[in-house]
Formats: sequence, C-alpha cells, structure tokens
Amino acid sequence: MAKILAVDDSASMRGMVAFTLRGAGHDVSEAENGQLAVDAARAARFDLVLADVNMPVMDGLSMVRELRTMAEYKGVPILMLTTESHTDKKMEGKAAGATGWLVKPFDPEQLLATVKRVLG
Amino acid sequence: MSTVSLAQFHQTFFDESLEGLDTMETALLALDEGADTELVHGIFRAAHSIKGGAATFGFPEMAAFTHEAESLLDELRDGRRAIDSVIVELLLRTVDCLRGMFARAQAGEPLSDSVAEVLRGELAAVMGREVPAATTLARRSGDQMGAWAIHFRPHPTMLAGGNDALRMIRELADLGELKVTAELDKLPAFAALDPTECHLGWTMELRGAVKREAIAAVFDWVEDECDLTIESLQVTQAASAPIALASTEAPAPVAAVPATSAPARTTRDSSNESSSVRVGIDKIDGLIDLVGELVITQSMLDQFEQFEREDFDTARLELLRHGLAQLARHTRLLQESVMGIRMLPIGAVFSRFPRMVRDLSQKLGKQVKLELIGEQTELDKTVMEKIGDPLVHLVRNAIDHGLEIPERRRAAGKGDIGTLRLEASHRGGFIVVEISDDGAGLNRDAIVAKAVQRGLITSGDQLSDEAVAELIFQPGFSTAAVTTDLSGRGVGMDVVRRNVADLGGSVGIRSVAGRGSVFTITLPLTLAIIDGLTAAVGEERYIVPLMSIIESVQLRAEQVRTVIGGGELFRFRDGYLPIIRLHEVFGCDAARGTVTEGLVIVVEGEGARAGLFVDELIGQQQAVIKSLEANYRRVNGISGATILADGSVALIVDVLGLMRLQSRRKAA
Repeated sequence: MAKILAVDDSASMRGMVAFTLRGAGHDVSEAENGQLAVDAARAARFDLVLADVNMPVMDGLSMVRELRTMAEYKGVPILMLTTESHTDKKMEGKAAGATGWLVKPFDPEQLLATVKRVLG
Repeated sequence: MSTVSLAQFHQTFFDESLEGLDTMETALLALDEGADTELVHGIFRAAHSIKGGAATFGFPEMAAFTHEAESLLDELRDGRRAIDSVIVELLLRTVDCLRGMFARAQAGEPLSDSVAEVLRGELAAVMGREVPAATTLARRSGDQMGAWAIHFRPHPTMLAGGNDALRMIRELADLGELKVTAELDKLPAFAALDPTECHLGWTMELRGAVKREAIAAVFDWVEDECDLTIESLQVTQAASAPIALASTEAPAPVAAVPATSAPARTTRDSSNESSSVRVGIDKIDGLIDLVGELVITQSMLDQFEQFEREDFDTARLELLRHGLAQLARHTRLLQESVMGIRMLPIGAVFSRFPRMVRDLSQKLGKQVKLELIGEQTELDKTVMEKIGDPLVHLVRNAIDHGLEIPERRRAAGKGDIGTLRLEASHRGGFIVVEISDDGAGLNRDAIVAKAVQRGLITSGDQLSDEAVAELIFQPGFSTAAVTTDLSGRGVGMDVVRRNVADLGGSVGIRSVAGRGSVFTITLPLTLAIIDGLTAAVGEERYIVPLMSIIESVQLRAEQVRTVIGGGELFRFRDGYLPIIRLHEVFGCDAARGTVTEGLVIVVEGEGARAGLFVDELIGQQQAVIKSLEANYRRVNGISGATILADGSVALIVDVLGLMRLQSRRKAA
C-alpha cells in the first residue's frame, strides 16, 4: 500500500483515479489543482503523485517544478496525466521534473499497471 | 471491472462537462467584447477536460469532435491565430453541439449527428486543413520476436526525476528470459560517489516472444535521459531501427475503448434529470458547526437528568431555561441551514440569457444591452429548475415585442441600444425577479382591440390600465401583428402565469407606453415551507397559504345572498364572491353554522376569488409541508399536511383545487 496524491481539476477523472487506486488498497488523497497539491505535499509525504497538466490556479508543470524544489520530493515518482494531442507536453513534463506520464484516455487496468510499474 | 467502475463516474463527468460548457459559453460571449488571454485559457481548459473525460469514459465520438475544437483553441491560445467573430460564432455552435451530445449521452442514444460532422469540417476548414481521417492514433509496429540485445546507460541525473533503473530491469525480466551485465567503468571512488546520481550502465540480453515496442515502452519515460540501443539478435531482422512511432499503420480508432463500456441504456425522465445538489463546502462546514453546538447544548441539558427533585433550585431552573432557549435557537438555525442546502444562486438560470439575447437581437435586427443583477440571489433548487421556461418566455417577449428596432427608438427620442434588465432580489420571505425593458411598453389600443375580437371584453367596457395589462394573461392572447417564430409558439402569458403559480408564485406587470414594461415574478423562498394562516373548523385545523389570501372579513347578514343553484355569495368590494364552507367540503363538524358567526377568508387563485368560511383564525405560522400523497393518497382541495406545535396534524388547503372542487359540487 502506498500513499498517493491524485491531482486533477476534473472531479470525474480524479474520482476515477482515486477510486481505482483505493480499490487496489492504496491510501489516496485528492487535490483540485497544483497549488492545493503542493500544500498537501507539504503537509504529508506521498510515495507517488499523479497530476493532470491543464489546471486552473497552478498547472501540473508548475506543480512538478515546485515539488522538485522540496528536498523530500526529490526522486519521488511524479506522473503526468497527459492527452495524446500533446506529445511535446510529455517532454515539457519531463523537463519540469516529472518521472513519466500516463496518456489519457486510460482505463483502470492501465492506471494500475502504470502505478505498479513505478512503485514496483 | 472497467465497465462497472467507469460507469459510476458518468454522471459526475456529465455534470462537470455541462458546467464547463457554460463556462466556455460565458467566456466566448465575453470574447465578443475583446480578447483576453485568461478567457481563452479558460475556454481551452474546459474543452480539454471534456475531451479527456470523453475519451476516458467511453465517448470516442465526443472526444474526436472536441479534439477539433481544442486544436483551434490551442492555436488561439498560442496566438497563432487571431480571434474574430467568425471563430467565436463557430465555437459557440460547437458548445451547442456538445450540449446536444451530452443530452444524447445521458439518454443513452448514439452521439454523432450530421451537425457534429458539419461542424467538425468547419473547424478544420478554419484551421486551413482537411478533416483528419479518424486515424490520428497510429499503432506501434509489428511482431518481431526472438532475442534482443539491449544497452542501457542512464544519464547521471535520471534518478532525480523519480525513475529507478532497477525497476526497468525488473520490468524487462517480466517480459522474458533476461541476462544482465552491469558496467562499472564509470563508477567513481567511494569518497567521490554521489548517491543521488546514477553511475552504472547495463548490457542485457532478452529472449522470448517480445515485441520491440514492449521493450521500448519500458524506457519511454527516460528516452531523453539515457543512451539506449535495442537490437535484434536475429540477423534476418537485423534492422536496428530507431525507436519511433510507425506512422503508416492500419487505421486504428481514435480512441480504443472497449465496446462494452458504452453508457448504460437508461432512459431518463427529464423531470428527475438531476437529482443531486452541489453544495458549497462553507455550507457544509456551517452545518457541522451547528451540529457541534447542538451536541454541546444537549450535553448541558443532560446534566439535569441526574438531579433529584429536591436539588432543583431557581438557579438550576434558570440554567435549564437558558439551555432550552439555546436549543431552540440552534434548532431554528439548523433548519435554516438545511433548507439552505437546497438553495442555489439564480445566476445558473440567468447564465443562459447573454447567449439567447445576443442571438435573438441579431436575428431581429435590434440592439440590446443585457443587464444581470442579483445573480447571487439564492433560490430553491426545484423552483430554479422550473423557473427557466417562464423567464425565457418573458425575455423573448421583451426582445420581440417590447424593445424596438433602432430606427423606431431614434424616432421616439431614445438611444439605439435598448436595455433589458434581469434583476433578482430577496424581499421578505420571497424572491422577486424583475424583467424590465425600456421598449415601447404595452400598446393599450392593440390589446383592447384584440380582447374585443377574442370576445374577452365588449367594446364599450371602460378598463383601467391595470385591467388592460391583465388581459395579456388571458388564455390564447397574442398581440403581435405578425407572430414571429420566436415568440409565437402558441405559448402565451397565461402559461407563464400558470407555471409560476404552480411554484406558489405570481406574475405581475407594470407598463408605461413609450417607456417600457416591467414583469415581476414573485416566488416563495422554498417549496418545503410555506407561510400560512391557521384556521379552525370545528375540531380540525386547516392552513391557508398566505400567498393566496387577500383579506379576512366578518360578514354582516346584508352582505350575504343565496342564489338558487349558485350557492351562497357575499358582497366583497364591487362584486359578489362565492362562499366555500370548508366543513361541508371536507365533511367535518363546524362549531358555527351561519356565515355571520364565523369568518370568511378571501382567497385568490388564477385570477378567481372566493371566500372560505371557517370558525375562527388561530394565527400565522410557517408550515413544513409533508406530502399527503406519499403518506396517504391524493385528496382534492388539499396540497399537503403539516405538524402543529402541539403535535396534531393540520391539512394545508390547495386554494385552486378547492375552487375547482366547489364549482364541480355546484354543477353536480
């Protein structure tokens, strides 16, 4: 079981991610945007962060940059949930410090496989 | 598993997407007045979320369609394309089209239609390209099996990004039989070793039925953070092609979603379309606070249980009183807060009007400025859902019949641009919505002529302005010389009035010729509680809604007439009104048999009036409505029941139903 932070402004997408991961026994927290995610990450240590790219207030890329400045989040896997239309966004995410990405649309099995992949 | 677990997020996806579409529309309308990057970003985000959700939750047609719009928005966002009215118009139609798709998705119908196809083409054309074939996602290539030589050398910084080389090696081991050799040549001396950097490299041999893509996929997150070669060990397939996406593949669906994840085919009744309420977190917090207070008060009151009778002195009595007063206060606050959960800002209804006013005024060649005031005013959810249609009708009427074309406005000494104002406010226990325009006002002569023609009045009748205005609420009344396709839909002001009356509200009009008209809709704050007057009839208690009461009178014998076949009448102001004896209608014993002994409550409903004969009035109170239908069965003339302070049940009188019942009784 891992502590996972799911970040997405879309309640349905976030709900799906959280529900799937909780079903697999993980402890999932949710945040609606990058700023709230950073706040949550300051308050508790997560083993994995899954974040959407396009969000109001603070987008996913700024969130990754912010997290990577924090000593306890160096090396912690952060996955971006990106859409297939933005191949360059994957690289932008990487440049910002993300570990990898999960391409939308994904189904619960793909999500679990990816999470298993980073958490081992 | 995926089918079940995804379907449960459909409603959330629909709700948030419809909200997103509203946001897009509002922002697009604002773009009409001037471009603003933040607006464009907001529109893009909404479209992007809808696309992502549509693809995830099994609506590939919607995802493909939204993708086109998103591409255009992306160009606008980057400044690669300038925003003009053609594009705004196109995107507004895209919003409409998506709304249609969502309606069909909710009904479980096929999503695509010709409108969407045409629009997709138009979106592509604006961007100067052909409609892409539905093959934007190319599949990775071929079946190359056998043995692979893999060389993997991470850049020193790879670990900082959260990627672990050991994890990738384990993944490879899952694919087939793996032999790994570590390269230690770059390993620094222990003292110089930085554990956050990667100093190793690996040469690996992988055997098994493994595709190149599967191997590449293991490394896809670190392609740019390592040196990687993947070579086939079988000479015949030795082409050590760079890891790349094959672009000329067999067509793949835009989003490969299993067919089984189509939405459940549930045909929904539009009346129970949205059975959930979104509640602000502050309201929930407020409730939790109140419950906390209640618990404290309760525990304070609890201590009195332990006291014996002799312990009870005045100081304790004072304390008990204090506690009970607190309990009463918290209960009232709790009641208000719980009611507040059903309350939503009327802005949700108002938000459709900027678009509608824009479209209508363009169509009619009129210039209209729309002012929305009091959008934060909160209204009961049920009232909110049902007030939309009447408001749409009034706004249509105001633009169609009220406001004039610019030439006529100039001739009347007014500015070219007409003003239409929607204003909501809280007045006492009511919500008042005013729809006002500075147009031509009601045309008295045209209305009178029409009413005469329709046989509603005779030509000699002398009518006050108020009475003339009332005529437009008569069934089947329409004054526009030519009914346009906008207002002339056979739905008249009478329907508006009836719909509002169904919500326990009323509609009125004030109009000044040449200056404009004001329609005023008065609505109860909530449908769950009414203000009523409690009346006694024998042993029974009845509650008459305050909304329908004009006044209460004690009759003198000379005011009362008995008409053969017409029952009892009494003189009220300029005319005679029928007397409805509640004890007769509901079959109970009255304490007072003659009308001059009791009281008559003069009530009004849909323009008709009557007097309700009761024994006496007990007082005014708020009544929490309990459904009689749900607990017993429907009773004519009764709209519900409530519990009185003493625990007894009082029935709530349905004034309209009662009047209908009375006229049937007379006819029988």
